[in-house]
Amino acid sequence: MSARPLRLFVADDEPPARSRLRELLEDLRAECPAEVVGEAGNGLEVLDRLPESGAEVLLLDINMPGLSGLEVARHLSGLENGPAIVFVTAHDAHAVEAFELNALDYLLKPVRAARLAAALRKARHTGAPLPASLERAQAGPRTHFSIVERNRIHLVPVAGVLYFKAELKYVTLRARDREHLIEESLVSLEKEFATHFIRIHRNCLVARAAISGFERAAGGAEDEAHWEVLLEGVPDRLPVSRRQWSEVRDILGQRGRG
Amino acid sequence: MSIKQNAYSDGLPDFRNLGVIARILVAVNLAAIGAACYAEPGWARGMARFADDAAFIEPALLASIVALYLISPALVSMRYLLANVVVVAVVLCIVAGMSYLPQSLSAPDERQLARRLVFSAAISLALLGYLRLRAKAFSPALTEARLQALQARIRPHFLFNSLNAVLSLIRRDPKRAELALEDLADLFRVLMDLADLFRVLMSDGRKFVRLADEIALLERYASIEQLRLGERLRVVWEIDNAPLDALLPPLVLQPLLENAVYHGVEPGTEAGEVLVRIEGRAERVFVRMVNPIHPGSTHRPGNHMALDNLRERLMLFFDAEAKVSTREADGRYQVDIEFPQITAKPAGQVETR
Repeated sequence: MSARPLRLFVADDEPPARSRLRELLEDLRAECPAEVVGEAGNGLEVLDRLPESGAEVLLLDINMPGLSGLEVARHLSGLENGPAIVFVTAHDAHAVEAFELNALDYLLKPVRAARLAAALRKARHTGAPLPASLERAQAGPRTHFSIVERNRIHLVPVAGVLYFKAELKYVTLRARDREHLIEESLVSLEKEFATHFIRIHRNCLVARAAISGFERAAGGAEDEAHWEVLLEGVPDRLPVSRRQWSEVRDILGQRGRG
Repeated sequence: MSIKQNAYSDGLPDFRNLGVIARILVAVNLAAIGAACYAEPGWARGMARFADDAAFIEPALLASIVALYLISPALVSMRYLLANVVVVAVVLCIVAGMSYLPQSLSAPDERQLARRLVFSAAISLALLGYLRLRAKAFSPALTEARLQALQARIRPHFLFNSLNAVLSLIRRDPKRAELALEDLADLFRVLMDLADLFRVLMSDGRKFVRLADEIALLERYASIEQLRLGERLRVVWEIDNAPLDALLPPLVLQPLLENAVYHGVEPGTEAGEVLVRIEGRAERVFVRMVNPIHPGSTHRPGNHMALDNLRERLMLFFDAEAKVSTREADGRYQVDIEFPQITAKPAGQVETR
């Protein structure tokens, strides 16, 4: 075994909880050498600081303001050398069950030194958790999408996305100010965000809230006539396929009545 | 902190409660209208008869209510059966007495007096029976509500996080750890006392604590949360005008503060302010708690169970005299509670520990 200390990142919104973990790590120095290379008090800070810290293992509280621990873990899984993750929770029956089911490692607060040592020894070998396990473990949709650029995690809030468009290999995420390429499929996005987005075409999901109206497409032969979605605040027009039109029109109808 | 329990006689109504008085007024008048309409052919004649009768019924009714109000403490200390006999006797005496008052326009003949007495006795017994049934019907719901309240009261999340925070203090600041453990112990003592009380007195309804005790509990709870959340939690106390002797059901206020912290401060990355205002005005107690709102909170959305529970408990204690209201405005959530300021322990109250 290498004598090199394990590089750890500690994330918890309660300062006493972080110092408790540091104390325990100090106690375990002989048995399980580790150094704390970074700390964060909320989910956004973790995503901001962790990539540069070079941490191998992240001790991650689930109940944090900003972003929940599970969502933080999902965004981190986009990193090339993402850390192994040990979740920490005071009490969350749902989360604990999800961890068990998906073979994710976790500790219960108050954390015991022996349990912590065992989790760290294990984490040294396991590496980053599988994105699919994290996805299954999280209850409900994410609040943000993430794009990793040069080892930095860029977040786009779900509410800021106008539409997704599939092109060849990639899916383009269109936010108000710019576009991003993401590596997710329209099918899984449609499933996760069924209440936010609607399918208007085989290759396109549009945010329901962003739709400002519909227009008959100008020009073209009569039998190819189709409708286009108009968006709030941006000039983009998105074609609606004939297959999806009736469903899309229903939404328009509901809005008209509401 | 002691939890007091009021041993009301089995199902005897509280004649000093606004809700009980209102029910008596409505029921007697409805019965009188019914009797009048039954005695006279036709609706119009019936109402005319009732108007005549009312000249006698209303003063007798009010006098009975006042009398029962006055002797209520004595009634409460009697056995249930005896108390019922006394109630009916008081009503009959008043009815008989008022029938012979000199200003009664038509001196009653014997048949009329007999009718009045029978009507009064019947309605008194019917009302006593109804109010007893009502109290009984409420008690399973009450027990259920209290048990739910107990279970929901301290979130396990809070318990384990607090223990964790205290553990972290033991080495760095043993004195503070000691204080924090004492606070936690006090919180749990109150919970255990309540749990005992539930076990022993499943069938009974009323216990009161002093407002001062509830405020002490709030302060202990807040100091533990402060330890955990540090600068993120700011509690502003406006309790200088709180009537410390006012009585209220136990653990009414702590769940509100816990909710305010859980939904208003914990989900925020910035510092959050919670306002606690308690004051007495015009023989009523007003409580207000205000916290910030976090629309995108990752916390489980509140299902308002705590609030529904609280409303139910206050209603059972104070009937129509308590009010609970909430409002959301300017990014803040506000809960207001008001209830009558009762300071004297109702008669018959016993200490249970």
